[in-house]
Amino acid sequence: MPQPLFYLFVAVMLGFGAAVVLLRNPVSSALSLVVSFAGLAALYVSLNAYFAGVLQVLVYAGAVMVLFLFIIMLMDIREEQRRRINKVAVVGGAALVVGFVVQLGGVLAGYEAGRKPLDRVPLQLTEAAEARRAAGNVSPGITADLERGTLPDTKLVGEALFTRYHLQLQMVGVLLLVATVGVIVISRREDRVVSGRGE
Amino acid sequence: MVTLNDYLIASGLLFGIGLAGVVLRRNIIVIFMCLEMMLSAANLSLVAFSRFRPTGGLPDYDGQMLVFFIITVATAEVAVGLAIIVALFRTKRTVHVEDITSLSG
Repeated sequence: MPQPLFYLFVAVMLGFGAAVVLLRNPVSSALSLVVSFAGLAALYVSLNAYFAGVLQVLVYAGAVMVLFLFIIMLMDIREEQRRRINKVAVVGGAALVVGFVVQLGGVLAGYEAGRKPLDRVPLQLTEAAEARRAAGNVSPGITADLERGTLPDTKLVGEALFTRYHLQLQMVGVLLLVATVGVIVISRREDRVVSGRGE
Repeated sequence: MVTLNDYLIASGLLFGIGLAGVVLRRNIIVIFMCLEMMLSAANLSLVAFSRFRPTGGLPDYDGQMLVFFIITVATAEVAVGLAIIVALFRTKRTVHVEDITSLSG
């Protein structure tokens, strides 16, 4: 990815991310977060993680943020009134954040491996295809894509998901089921339960 | 050219913005959105490390698997968290964390 595009998307991500914190209306915050996540998805694409980028747009910017907006509008939350600001909390919070960023800068300044530019670590697709052939050519579709010189990102994610990570995938499936049941139990109205018991 | 440190700094700044939102804002829904922002910042680091440390000529897909699972778990977390916020709003009629003091001693 050309350098100006990287800085453009980082600016979009961080600028709208800051807008989430600074804007007082929750609806504006939620819409800013959608744009911020779109910038983040563009950064994923710049890192050849096409599947993660699509997932970020579909799941986060799409489903999750629609859920947030739905709840905000359902509860009819108005703009936050200006209240007396707790100075200790504001100063403490700002100091925490500045401390974290300074600490991170200090760590990264001494991180030699992080100085490598992206074109110094190129993807070697033909070598990867040869290695797959030597290892028995388990999924020929992926090997063919690699030999054609394209990165079959989604196929590789799927392969990893259904071979090395199949147990974790099933655990996540159970987790989603538990979450669904939990949401129904939490959002059920209490009075209906009480009246049902009384009959 | 863009280096790994550039991505890590961008990720750290996004995490810092999210942290600032969690600490400074008082609307519980905005706090929750900032938590999602922090999770996404961690995901950006993982994807960057996955691309900059290739194994066998391809990106390290173990890192992207972790991203996949983080996104899935975060989605479940959002569903449960928003249900709790709705239940809280129903009983307390507020989304301000300062008005929710039942647990403070």
